[in-house]
Amino acid sequence: MVELLEQAPLKVGQWWIARVPEAWQPVAGACLGAALIVAVFAGLFALTTWLERKGLARIQNRPGPNRVGPCGLLQPAADGLKMLIKEDIRPREADRWVHTLAPLLKVVPVICALGVIPFGRHLVALNLDAGLVFFFAMGSVTEVALFMAGWGSHNKYSLLGAMRAIAQLISYEVPLALAALTAVLVAGSLSLPEIVDSQAGAYPGGLARWHVFTPWGLAGLVLFFTATTAKANRAPFDLPEGESEIIAGHLVEYSGFKYALFFLGEYLLLFGYSAVGITLFLGGWRAPFVWLEWVPSYVWFALKLLVCIAWFIWLRGTVPRLRADQLMHFAWKFLLPLGLLANGSALLWQASADWAFPGATWVRWGLAGGLVLVPYQILGRALMGGAAALPRRYRFAE
Amino acid sequence: METAFHLLAAGVLVAAVAAMSLRHLVHCALCLVAVFAAAAGLFLTLGAEFLAFAQVLVYVGAISILIVFAMLLTRTRAVDMASLSVRPRVLGVTAAGAVAGFVIAAVLTSGALPEKAAAAPAVPVRDLGRELMTQQVPALLAVGLLLTAALLGAVVLALREPPAAPSGKEPRA
Repeated sequence: MVELLEQAPLKVGQWWIARVPEAWQPVAGACLGAALIVAVFAGLFALTTWLERKGLARIQNRPGPNRVGPCGLLQPAADGLKMLIKEDIRPREADRWVHTLAPLLKVVPVICALGVIPFGRHLVALNLDAGLVFFFAMGSVTEVALFMAGWGSHNKYSLLGAMRAIAQLISYEVPLALAALTAVLVAGSLSLPEIVDSQAGAYPGGLARWHVFTPWGLAGLVLFFTATTAKANRAPFDLPEGESEIIAGHLVEYSGFKYALFFLGEYLLLFGYSAVGITLFLGGWRAPFVWLEWVPSYVWFALKLLVCIAWFIWLRGTVPRLRADQLMHFAWKFLLPLGLLANGSALLWQASADWAFPGATWVRWGLAGGLVLVPYQILGRALMGGAAALPRRYRFAE
Repeated sequence: METAFHLLAAGVLVAAVAAMSLRHLVHCALCLVAVFAAAAGLFLTLGAEFLAFAQVLVYVGAISILIVFAMLLTRTRAVDMASLSVRPRVLGVTAAGAVAGFVIAAVLTSGALPEKAAAAPAVPVRDLGRELMTQQVPALLAVGLLLTAALLGAVVLALREPPAAPSGKEPRA
């Protein structure tokens, strides 16, 4: 029964492909995988917009969308329809090709990137040897799309917004890659399915051996998701959009479905990075406890992804937006050193793997954890400049 | 595979010609990005997976941004329609021709060209990394040193500030 459920999506897919002529079967398989990824993640995007509006409304003590369908569930469909039939406005001075291609370039690479993620024990569309590099490579193409959107609109706010957005994305790519590197160091592989395999097994007591249950893994996870928040342009790092400061930045001249495509790309990027974070640190599709392994792997993956999405919604409803200089300082002076130290901690953990004296586990935890925690405290205090001890002072425009 | 190669090669050529001949500098830069991307595709058809992804990561994701930033920051008018002057053209064609000639001659005389396209051996990333960390360590260290020097240089350039602000009104951090 368990195995049947586990195999079910694969079997259905194979049954479908078997109906295609022999010569076309590889192509059909690829198309099926691509279509599934696009359909599932576009659906998740629709669901997330509803969840986000409901969640934010709950935090802000208001009902949120509640008119279209039961509990407002059909609101995403209504929004999509509205976006589709809206007039597509292009400024007269805008560069026609660059302005039109930018939204496509924002979405297409992200969909490609989603292909390398193992969504279940048997569910990986593209099992690449360097899957993680492929993912990051595709994720970095969106920067070109941002530039095209900002420059192609021929609007100074667009251009300024795009420059800010690109600066942010490039800055946060460094801690993101460093955080991902910790898991690569320990797993010894850039292939995402192999990184999931490196988290197989369980501690005594049934707790799975996920990377997050090690000091470097915990540090890596926190760093990874912090950098992801900035990379996916989410609050509190949503300065590129900054509707109160630069009127939505590079998006200002977009309307209709091109505008929606930018948001689709942004959310898909968020899902993609969350999925990679889950794969690297949260055991991928593995169950958290041994006795829960009867639940199919893809269900675990979906659950973890939904928890990540809930986390990002919660964060957006709670934390105010950063200032541009704070954003840069945070990346270069705080996340970058801590990312390097997390790698050092992972190395220490690996090097001390064969320690066998009594209490070795405690010593390892102390050393590897201290290597990250102590600098975290020192750096944090130094960067705050002792401001944490004083009551907050509010200064207004003079 | 053959078709993919021909398509990608045609893409590289078309984009390269466009990058050289378009009037607008930003368009040229974007065409150059297309060249980088198509070259990554060519590496993929050769079975060099890691190289292709690194090409996209470094060239499409970072170098292209460097180019456009440099373009936008160094020109007072970001969108300058002025055409390039004609005089250096002879010099440019000579230099480009010399480089192309050297590369073509080197490839033709190397004797590494197989008569028939052999199945490209897919090198695992693990072996690539091992090779880099054992045989090629001097090159790796040299590159690391160079990049560190460049990074320090960038920090020093960014640190330079005008000597002592005259009034007490310092900009708020």
